[in-house]
Amino acid sequence: MTDLGLWGVPLAVVGGAIRVSTPFLLVSLGECLTERSGRINLGLEGTLVFGAMSGYAVAYLTGSAWAGVGAAAVSGVLFGLLHGALCSLPRVNDIAIGIALMLLGMGLAFFFGKPYIQPVAPDLPAINFGAWSDSPQVQAALRVNVLFILGAVLALVMAWMFKATRIGLVIRVVGDSTDAARALGLHAGRVRLLSTAAGGALAGVGGAYLSLYYPGSWNEGISSGQGLMAVALVIFARWSPINCFFAALLFGGAGALGPALQSVGVTEGYYLFYAAPYVLTLALLIATSSPNRALSGAPGELSITK
Amino acid sequence: MTVPGRTDKGALGVETVGMTMRFGAFTALDDVSIAVRPGTFHALLGENGAGKSTLVKCIMGFYQATSGQLMVAGTEATVPDPRTAHSLGLGMVYQHFTLVPSLTAAENLVISREDPPAVIDWRKEREVLNAFMETMPFKVPLNEPVGRLAAGEKQKLEILKQLHLGRKFLILDEPTSVLTPGEADEVLGLVRRLTEKGEITVLMITHKFREVTAFADEVSVLRRGRYAGGGKVADLTHADMAAMMVGTESAATPSARTGEAGEVVLSLDHIRARDRSGRGAIAIEDLKVRAGEIVGIAGVSGNGQMELMEILTGQRPCEKGTVTVEGAPYHATRAEAREHGVRYLPEEPLRNACAPRMSVAENIGFRTFDLDGKGEPRFWLNTGRMKKAATDLVAAFKVKTSSIEAPIASLSGGNVQRAVLSRELTGEVDLLIVANPCFGLDFSAVAEIRARIVAARNKGAAVLLISEDLDEVMELSDRILVMSEGRIAFETPAATADVAEIGRHMAGHA
Repeated sequence: MTDLGLWGVPLAVVGGAIRVSTPFLLVSLGECLTERSGRINLGLEGTLVFGAMSGYAVAYLTGSAWAGVGAAAVSGVLFGLLHGALCSLPRVNDIAIGIALMLLGMGLAFFFGKPYIQPVAPDLPAINFGAWSDSPQVQAALRVNVLFILGAVLALVMAWMFKATRIGLVIRVVGDSTDAARALGLHAGRVRLLSTAAGGALAGVGGAYLSLYYPGSWNEGISSGQGLMAVALVIFARWSPINCFFAALLFGGAGALGPALQSVGVTEGYYLFYAAPYVLTLALLIATSSPNRALSGAPGELSITK
Repeated sequence: MTVPGRTDKGALGVETVGMTMRFGAFTALDDVSIAVRPGTFHALLGENGAGKSTLVKCIMGFYQATSGQLMVAGTEATVPDPRTAHSLGLGMVYQHFTLVPSLTAAENLVISREDPPAVIDWRKEREVLNAFMETMPFKVPLNEPVGRLAAGEKQKLEILKQLHLGRKFLILDEPTSVLTPGEADEVLGLVRRLTEKGEITVLMITHKFREVTAFADEVSVLRRGRYAGGGKVADLTHADMAAMMVGTESAATPSARTGEAGEVVLSLDHIRARDRSGRGAIAIEDLKVRAGEIVGIAGVSGNGQMELMEILTGQRPCEKGTVTVEGAPYHATRAEAREHGVRYLPEEPLRNACAPRMSVAENIGFRTFDLDGKGEPRFWLNTGRMKKAATDLVAAFKVKTSSIEAPIASLSGGNVQRAVLSRELTGEVDLLIVANPCFGLDFSAVAEIRARIVAARNKGAAVLLISEDLDEVMELSDRILVMSEGRIAFETPAATADVAEIGRHMAGHA
């Protein structure tokens, strides 16, 4: 076994970035889609946890990790539809509904998930890009899960969709101006409902990644607020799917800093580095804000920017 | 009255028969029948709240008329929603922009089509759009996000969009309210030529008699939801139309001006600030307004007038320079405004000077709600006194509202303007800063609001009037300044002002 010394830190950060960022990536892409249609779904944290539970349970019961991912996506769609449908009612606030659904999703997941804490479900497959190296650290860092690749491709597809497809333009129109959408004969409520449902599906898949790959088991503390941080991440990424990808990597890398330092023997204060993603969130939001101009790229119908 | 269906080039004839629209107990439209012949330019005149917007919204399917029929191309049509209206070939350009701000002009044009392609081939679309733009007499940048275009460009794009969609009956809702006179003539001239060729029929909502006589073939006048008259424009004088529009009630006339200009009240010295786009700069070297005079600032929309207003109201920070009011530095704080008697009437008062969902009474009380009778700060509100003051002002300024407890957003534009003016002109006014006070208001409201501004001047207030309506500046001002590209480009006393010269400076060609 070769010892990489301090080089192990950046390597572990890269590997960790890829591993840790996947749920950030999937949830933030889902949230990006939802917010681009003019609605905020804060309930994605609950969707994520419920997706983790249902994905793990179905994977355990069927013996197929992919069936688990499918189940997580379906449960995400259901949560998204519920959020979208409730918000279509008059005088209903999407943020309040989101918080309610976040608590509902977590509560339901804990309730139904009790029997699945002990059993072991199959893991999701990963691709070994590090097979060329004989260093186990390199191999570990470059074991890339299929869902990460899926997320990266999805970010590109979504960026293309917003630019050059009818669906993409319709979502942007609805997100920017309900009046304009109405004048075009678009049903804003329906577009938002479907966008929220699709966003929910991605959050559910993000949850399945947590329980089926990394950390790879179901328990009640499985999420450390990825669903909520993804919302901040979308704002930081200025509602661009491509930026979401890089922002997720950055957050993932920051999240991997603590464990990486620990692995090379830094024992003092590495807990502080566990706070890195949260400190980073605050720092970035402050650094990129301005008192003079509105958030550029913000969808006009979003309740937080209106 | 029957109307032929359409011209051979497809322009549609549209007719309403006995159209009535009730909202609860309120009758917005009462048995209105108008006929717009195909290939004509038809003007729909009326004061605010006369039912013009309701009528066209019934035609476009936004509202379902309580009773009455709509005939399109000679056959009865039911229009349950705007999409059906569009498929019949009816299109509308709204007073408020319906373009999507974050999308580019090209994206807006593509997405507004009936069946935008599922996957957009941008190279092909650009070619098609460029070819279409070649045939149009005015150009709009296609690749800028619409939010960054000036109001005039947005309005052109709105009309281009309808033409691009191949609409054959176009409703224009006060299309020139955001345009300069030159742009307005250009746009309406183009539209007029299209009607003459029989390509489209136009129904234009307007307040401006000049546009009716210059461009329209026929006119229909609404008053209080009823058809008040109409006919061929050639047979009618301005006085005839005005009589139909306002009925027998007489409008207030601007009072004669009295008194001489006194001490300098407002002074701007070497002001520098960024403009809205962040690309240009505002640079005002020296601007003084004296007591008892109205200084009018003319200029084409988007040359820094709104930024100047924002500097004066404290909405926009200055990078350099000082604003002085009555000899003291002024930062537009509430305390300073109160001490020096500075009052504002900003444009779009509902957005810039009101809390839209609060009541009329509360909005009227904003200047004084926290003061007791002796001008000392108070903690508990005296709602009884606020209501009484609001009731008096609503009566004195003829604000039409269902109740002083109604949210101010429920009032029509003219009445919001009157309510804000009633608040701003009450008490001691040393400096009145006004921007586009008559934007989008009807005839009688315009005369009345102008009269009140002149009356404030005669009482010794210094008035700074920023307006994109040159006629208004000429009528009200003692001294006229022209703003161009963020600077004061020209100054002249109103008495000897030459419109042609002002126009040259407005256009930046002098």
